Amino acid sequence: MSIRATYLDMPLSIDDLDGENLEYFRHCAEHDFHLQQCDDCRLLRYPPTTACPWCTCLTSTWTRVEGKGEVYSYEEVRHGIQPAFQARVPYMVLLVELDTQKGKPTEHEALRVIANLTTADGTLAPPDVVRQVGIGSRMRMVFSDVGPGLSLPQWTLDESAAQPARPWRYPQE
Amino acid sequence: MPLPADTDATTPKYLRDKYAIVGVGETTYTRGSGRTTRAMGTVAIRNAMQDAGLKPSEVDGMLSYSGNDSTPSTFLAGDLGIRLNFFMDVNGGGSSTEALIGIAIGIMEAGMCRCVAIFRSMNGYSQVRIGGTGARSAAPINGDALHGRVYGWQSAGQMFAPTFMRHMYEYGTKPEQVAMVKVVHSEHASNNPKAFYKKRYTVDDVLNSRMICKPLHLLDCCVETDNATCIIVTSADRARNLRHTPALIRGVVGRCSKPRADMHYQCGPISRVAGYYAKDILWPNAGVGPEDIDAVGAYDAFTFTSMLQLEDYGFCKKGEGGEYVSSGITRLGGKRPQNTSGGHLCEGYTHGMNMVIENVRQLRHDVDDYCPIGPDGKRQHTFDYREGGCRQVRNIEVTANLGWANPLTGSAMVMRRG
Repeated sequence: MSIRATYLDMPLSIDDLDGENLEYFRHCAEHDFHLQQCDDCRLLRYPPTTACPWCTCLTSTWTRVEGKGEVYSYEEVRHGIQPAFQARVPYMVLLVELDTQKGKPTEHEALRVIANLTTADGTLAPPDVVRQVGIGSRMRMVFSDVGPGLSLPQWTLDESAAQPARPWRYPQE
Repeated sequence: MPLPADTDATTPKYLRDKYAIVGVGETTYTRGSGRTTRAMGTVAIRNAMQDAGLKPSEVDGMLSYSGNDSTPSTFLAGDLGIRLNFFMDVNGGGSSTEALIGIAIGIMEAGMCRCVAIFRSMNGYSQVRIGGTGARSAAPINGDALHGRVYGWQSAGQMFAPTFMRHMYEYGTKPEQVAMVKVVHSEHASNNPKAFYKKRYTVDDVLNSRMICKPLHLLDCCVETDNATCIIVTSADRARNLRHTPALIRGVVGRCSKPRADMHYQCGPISRVAGYYAKDILWPNAGVGPEDIDAVGAYDAFTFTSMLQLEDYGFCKKGEGGEYVSSGITRLGGKRPQNTSGGHLCEGYTHGMNMVIENVRQLRHDVDDYCPIGPDGKRQHTFDYREGGCRQVRNIEVTANLGWANPLTGSAMVMRRG
């Protein structure tokens, strides 16, 4: 079943043919993060793909993955490009490295998941929270509910984790 | 610098210097061309043919690139009375120029045509803005965009920023060092009558300009302009009968990419860019190394893109790009000036072609600056690089172009004076 929804005034859709994304977002709608695990080499992968990037195996099993990790890099958008985001600056785009499968299969590889910085309810974080986050911040995954059957993964500060005293931030505030 | 003896090459050495860029042309760099991409492209190709001294009947191949924002080769060939033996219009932006030059060499080597015009025509300010505003940002979000654009992660600056930020974190690169890229390129633009922005900027100007997407200030980002550009490639044998000293092509790399092309941030170090892989094709094929290069065109969609490529192609050590671009080496009069026309940051945005055009003119020893024209009709270069003066590099023999699509993909080329 195809999915259509509107998020921040943007039209979103997943086509009938897009089996990988339908399955990925079916789990997200249940606020449960799943990734494909290769049936052959057993490596997890992100984002959804048809074949395994490491061994080309065409079959995989959707596997629950803990949505926890550390900010690997980030940006802070002050000038919005899309109309939906122009009224929502500053906002942060975070590249978060999951604890799961970090440094595998080689030293510099990891599952690095893109999403915005949000509060725990999945709404874009206000400026005072944006100022707290940098490289090294510990994050946990939450979800923005967009519509029936569609939720987007997001990142919020992990209240239960030990945060770095000063996460690394761009020198000019 | 004189070329060293041949080193080992991975491709046939007989292709080195066998093809040349013989003609270059462009339209005025503007914001608001008031013309179609067909009209601009026609003018740019015509200018390049005249520059080379070629008749339309002597051009029989055409290549172009665009993001569905241009006019196909067939219309421009028709406008100019060119009968084509080969043409192809490909999708893509930055990194296409050098890649298509490689394709041009391949199709001529295969005997499919003899002389190829490569063009890029774009109303990059007044029609389809490269920054992603307008129609591009209103498009519905599905498929891969559900993992990117839905998060307000769309424009080039937004897409590249994680690479730039991680570089600052890993190597301690400072904003004021990166700003020097803009400072130096703006100095060069001030000696280029064609440049859209001729003003010289300071480090403070860059750091005090408004923040667009941290770590990018407004002046870390290139200009958006309307323009068409064209280069003509043919064999070195034919080049000898044409108007100018040819720019001989030593070696090319086309759209060389990092792993995981679908989502390259899965593989680190993410502060590494495609040049890390491309250098191992470029230098052996060209038979030269970074030390032999007299001037560089390092794709400057952003200040950072120039700097990162200089590192990964080996002009300095990884992580020392900030020092390198602040050292004076990259200035006119320095050891290895770069982006001598002002590049994308100042001259105009062409998805890479203007920086190849500039190096072709540099290798002819005849850039169009503010130096006086002598009685023989030739420009008398003063090598006085102060504002409003000269921008010709003295005794230049070998150049490099480093083309950038994104951190993932790059192209490159080495040329030498024929």
